[in-house]
Amino acid sequence: MTTYITRRLIQALVVLILISLMVFFAMRTLPGDPLMIYIVEQDISHITPELEAQLRHEFGLDKSLILQYFDWMWGLFRGDMGLSIHYRESVRTLMAERIPVTLHLGLLSFIISSVLGITAGMVAALRRGGALDNIVTSFSNFGISVPHFWLGILMIYALGLYLGWLPIQGYTSPFDDFWMSTKQLIMPVFVLATWAMAFVSRQARSSLLEVVRQDYVRTAWSKGLRERTVVLRHVLKNGLIPVVTVMGVQLSHIIGGSVIIENVFNIPGVGRLMVASVFGQDFQVVQTGILIAGVAVVVVNFFVDISYGWLDPRIRYH
Amino acid sequence: MERKLAPEREFSEAKPRVSEFRRFVRVMFKRGVVVFGLMVILITIVTAIFAPQIAPYNPNKTDLRNALLQPNSEHLLGTDALGRDTLSRMIFGAQVALLVGLMATGVAASLGMTLGLIAGYFGGIIYMIIMRLVDALMAFPIILLSLVLAVLLGGGLTNIMIAVGIGLSATYARVMCGTVLSVRENEYVLAARTSGAGNLRIMLRHILMNCFPPMIVLITINMGSAIMIEAALSYLGVGIAPPGTAWGSMVTDGYRYLLTHPTLALVPGVAIMLVVFSFNMVGDGLRDTLDPRLRGTI
Repeated sequence: MTTYITRRLIQALVVLILISLMVFFAMRTLPGDPLMIYIVEQDISHITPELEAQLRHEFGLDKSLILQYFDWMWGLFRGDMGLSIHYRESVRTLMAERIPVTLHLGLLSFIISSVLGITAGMVAALRRGGALDNIVTSFSNFGISVPHFWLGILMIYALGLYLGWLPIQGYTSPFDDFWMSTKQLIMPVFVLATWAMAFVSRQARSSLLEVVRQDYVRTAWSKGLRERTVVLRHVLKNGLIPVVTVMGVQLSHIIGGSVIIENVFNIPGVGRLMVASVFGQDFQVVQTGILIAGVAVVVVNFFVDISYGWLDPRIRYH
Repeated sequence: MERKLAPEREFSEAKPRVSEFRRFVRVMFKRGVVVFGLMVILITIVTAIFAPQIAPYNPNKTDLRNALLQPNSEHLLGTDALGRDTLSRMIFGAQVALLVGLMATGVAASLGMTLGLIAGYFGGIIYMIIMRLVDALMAFPIILLSLVLAVLLGGGLTNIMIAVGIGLSATYARVMCGTVLSVRENEYVLAARTSGAGNLRIMLRHILMNCFPPMIVLITINMGSAIMIEAALSYLGVGIAPPGTAWGSMVTDGYRYLLTHPTLALVPGVAIMLVVFSFNMVGDGLRDTLDPRLRGTI
């Protein structure tokens, strides 16, 4: 198990380094000069070549790309994520204000979609062809096809404007006003969880259906075990492993979805900051934000891999 | 029916091939949703091709005197804030959706399959490097990645297609690599190598051709994903430049009039959902027919 964990850890580190390289070089090699954007933002109308050179030096943009990369990395290790050109504030402060909001929204969606998705997929697989299976399958087919932003708008129209049950936008910290916070989060969490729930339940259903066909399940049935024992001991134990492995994908989709949903519901989280910064070409914010998203997914994938190896010893020797 | 396939009889493998085709048809069309999906896709394709003939009005012609009309007999879905006919814009929007779906998937498939083929065929250090790159690419949320790439590349339809294509390519590389790893163990690959075929020839003639079935499923489902991502991007405002029509940006434009004219924002969303749903269902149907593990059960 230690060898397995070490190997996975090295792999995850390699991926992390590659992610940072990709982010950095994509931001630098694609069209768009960060300095020009700064100049436009600052409204410096009489830019002289000397001033430009001075600014370039100030931002460290006159160094070679490799050195700039190491500067960036070194800064990150010290907790310095650079300065936002647009907000004139350190990226760290910007992120620190917004990450809790996105985390609140994302974690709730993640937990709800995992629990409900696995349960729904399990029920559907065990009652294949029945009414419950049809309901779950239809819902998950709907869930993976409906665009997030549109579902959000539909809910705003129906529950917010038409029925007036829920506030249509904004975010309140649960520590300030728990009830208001929950009311504001119902719609965004529902929308975010819909896709993830559909995705997880489809995974769970197909993987459990595969297991139900296995010989050892037939053996379990034929030796007269109770349904509960067959399901819990034989089917679930084997069938849920592939479901655990897609949690990284699920997380990545929830992060991506929150970029959209925070804009639909006007939630001041990282997602909305990212969209604003992408359009404002605020490259320090964008590269930090996308790096954080990538790192979060890699870390989750790492733990998924570890638990996978722990659940299924065969994986360790692979 | 069988008589029509008569020329096949000359070959000894003709018989299984016919039954294979029959099984394909039977499994594929057994489920109603798959047939429904195929029909929606067909209708969308026809609509997109004949948009100029079908659309009752010019989708970009503004008519401020007839702005924000509710659906009526002249404008079946009403008009938007600039007096443009919503139905006509929907019809032209189908062109963008399908174009982006096709091209983005094309970019994703060619890029991802090439990477997967090289990684799976050569193995070793090349496999390591490519697969770790793919892992890194996969760690980014697709929407965020496509958004950043699309804006950095400068927006516009072509760049959106490239951005979405790159975002989606990682899955292809992974699936392709897995398939290649198993296909390359086949005897016919060994036979080809023994008879002196070079790496490139083996990769293209013998391996690539046998990796297509799982790829077709992925391509179909990705058509839906690409359309959905494009819709989200154009909702955020990266899409094609106005006055071009994309379903996603129609939702954004209509959102302001949600209370008084809900059709403006809600109808384009239905179209997106229907098309994405259809591609997903047809993809599922194809998976059922092409997955060798299911052979014999359905």
